[in-house]
Amino acid sequence: MLRKHIAGGAVLAALLGIAGTAHAGKDLDSIKARGSLICGIAANGLAGFMVVDSQGKWTGIDVDVCRAVSAAIFGDAEKVKYVPVSGEQRFTALQSGEVDMLSNNTTATLQRDTALGLDFGAVTYYDGQGFLVNKKLGVKSAKEINGASVCVPSGSTTELNLADFARANKLTIKPVVIADMDQIRQAFFAGRCDVYTGDSSRLYSTRAANVPPPAKPEDFIVLPEIISKEPLAPAFRHGDNQFGDIVRWTQYAMLEAEENGITSKNVDEMLKSDNPSIKRILGVTPGMGKALGVDEKWVYNIIKQVGNYGESFERNVGMDSPLKIERGLNALWSKGGLQYAQPIR
Amino acid sequence: MTDVLPTGERRQLAPPVNETGAMGWIRKNLFSSWGNGITTVVLIVAIAWALSSFLNWAVFTAVFTAPSGQACRGHGACWALIHEKYRYIFFGSFPYGQHWRPLLAVVTMLAMLISSADRRMWNSRLIWIWTIGSLITFLLMFGVLSFPISFFLLVAAIVGGIGLSMRGVIAEPVELNAWRALAAIGVVGLILRIVGVMPAWSLTLAPFDYVETGLWGGLPVTIILATYGLLFAFPYGVLLALGRRSKLPLIKGLCVGFIELIRGVPLISLLIMASVMLPLFLPQGTTIDKFLRALVAVTLFAGAYIAEIIRGGLQSLPKGQFEAADAMALSYPQKTILIVLPQALRVVIPPLINTFIGFFKDTSLVLIIGIFDFLNTANQALVDPLWAGFPAEVYLFAAFVYFCFCFSMSRYSKYLEVELNKGTRR
Repeated sequence: MLRKHIAGGAVLAALLGIAGTAHAGKDLDSIKARGSLICGIAANGLAGFMVVDSQGKWTGIDVDVCRAVSAAIFGDAEKVKYVPVSGEQRFTALQSGEVDMLSNNTTATLQRDTALGLDFGAVTYYDGQGFLVNKKLGVKSAKEINGASVCVPSGSTTELNLADFARANKLTIKPVVIADMDQIRQAFFAGRCDVYTGDSSRLYSTRAANVPPPAKPEDFIVLPEIISKEPLAPAFRHGDNQFGDIVRWTQYAMLEAEENGITSKNVDEMLKSDNPSIKRILGVTPGMGKALGVDEKWVYNIIKQVGNYGESFERNVGMDSPLKIERGLNALWSKGGLQYAQPIR
Repeated sequence: MTDVLPTGERRQLAPPVNETGAMGWIRKNLFSSWGNGITTVVLIVAIAWALSSFLNWAVFTAVFTAPSGQACRGHGACWALIHEKYRYIFFGSFPYGQHWRPLLAVVTMLAMLISSADRRMWNSRLIWIWTIGSLITFLLMFGVLSFPISFFLLVAAIVGGIGLSMRGVIAEPVELNAWRALAAIGVVGLILRIVGVMPAWSLTLAPFDYVETGLWGGLPVTIILATYGLLFAFPYGVLLALGRRSKLPLIKGLCVGFIELIRGVPLISLLIMASVMLPLFLPQGTTIDKFLRALVAVTLFAGAYIAEIIRGGLQSLPKGQFEAADAMALSYPQKTILIVLPQALRVVIPPLINTFIGFFKDTSLVLIIGIFDFLNTANQALVDPLWAGFPAEVYLFAAFVYFCFCFSMSRYSKYLEVELNKGTRR
């Protein structure tokens, strides 16, 4: 047995040797020197937002954010290393430099922005607390759930929001407080509560991914009321302004492209467009890329490889996906939503 | 009774049919009274009903191939999901085109484990099996391995030191000089390397593309964490156990304190320490590989448990063994390695395998630091919205794989128990 130890020592030393070469940098220079962007995503996965496909590749709207930033920096959307981080570990992973950015459905709040030493990019998804119910209940609005039992995650703002909502609307509800997300789903689908409340992205994801057969996703609806603000945005360390600019403007670029009708399919024709604003965005008229410190074709690379915001949304969580989430708040400002990009000029 | 049967006129009648054979057994055990008879019938009906509806779900109405989860709805078990996802469940995010590498690594590790399970292999051959096997395993997983010269010097120093202390009084002077030379080369070389006289030479093997540990997942991760976690924990558990029985108060105190500290906290808290606290203590920008952190946490944890198991083995040794060793003028290392440990370890091998089974399953906790072992890749396969809503199939599959491993280990432990106790049986 002692002999095994000797053999084992070799492997440990080998592991150590390899580990020693894998340093994580803390700013844009080290990302460039490394040749890849390290992106923290949620270890538990969330259908439509971050999920591994059958080939082991990460996909989802949060993953597209990482791919777009990588396309802006390197001209290649595939130069991303995904590091799954759990809820407990995510901010430490960012602070300690284990990851360059988080794109894992983190809500931007003042506390996190300041006390945790983080910065947030542009909001990639306007989320909010909603309600999931079985259609059999015959409820059309959250104001009709009087007397219902409601499954809610414990120790979160979700629980407080629910209590406020009930008091404001004079509803008597029975909260069923459960700590674990999986158990909440089980309790809801087993009928232990009539309503499941949580971030609506999670509700849609649950509806698409977790309805146990023989029930179908269509048997459940997410009620129209949204009772809290949960702006989801990529997070990065405070102090690297240029990297922060790139992350923020990557999101704006995807929105600007959608606004101007530039898609991954027509981006090559759009290069020939006479529209001065499209010429600026795609780098035909140079200047924008230089100002941001990236290649002039940065938007072209993002749109060609990842798509504009609308394409990413529809592909991952919208009508082209099993989640079937309406654009809602995430529609462009010109279409009644909140997605309003600062102009690229 | 005598060996010769009495041959006489009286022929022995066979017992009544109702008392022997299958009929007799059934009568005696299942229908010995009205109450028992009714219970038997009710239970048989219940089992048959449960089994038939399970088989109906799992086999007769099951879907074995389907383009997506939608096509599975309304039928029985959706084994098409496993068909679609098994490669991810087994190998995680390892580059898809190179899945043969983790597959071969798993085969290599299993071959090492199985070959070391055979008692006839318990000799110096094991060193070579594990050195070469581990090299192949990690070469397959990493693709590129680099050994700095200081590693070889360290091995030389350790091997020389062990050889010297074990063969101390026994060996011929020539052999002893060889051990001394080996240890000296190692130590002097290391010092020269640290001072900077010796150049930073390293041996790099790079037969495949490099795959970092972040992309590892599934079965190889489970097996590596359990096997190497325990492998590294073993020598260190032995040292802890010996230290705990030491007469030197400082060493004893340290060992007792360490064992009790580790045993007093759950594994998950060690993992969280390794993943959340440790990075905060390190200078910013320095990160230790996550997989290595998990391996170290598992090793620390397993070591404390192994130490306690081995202490049990040490305590079971009669005092005469120690005295006999002393009477032969053996040094402490010789006494320990040649007399004490072989006897103590024989006693503790079955409980050690039990620990291994436990750790094989406990590795699933590494999800907390974002490493996907076998159970977690299975979990992750459930998130895909195209194939969503079939948790039972995935968990049954995962349970089946775990059962195959754990059951064969527990059978092996049972076999070993019989095998090792041959000497003490009458």
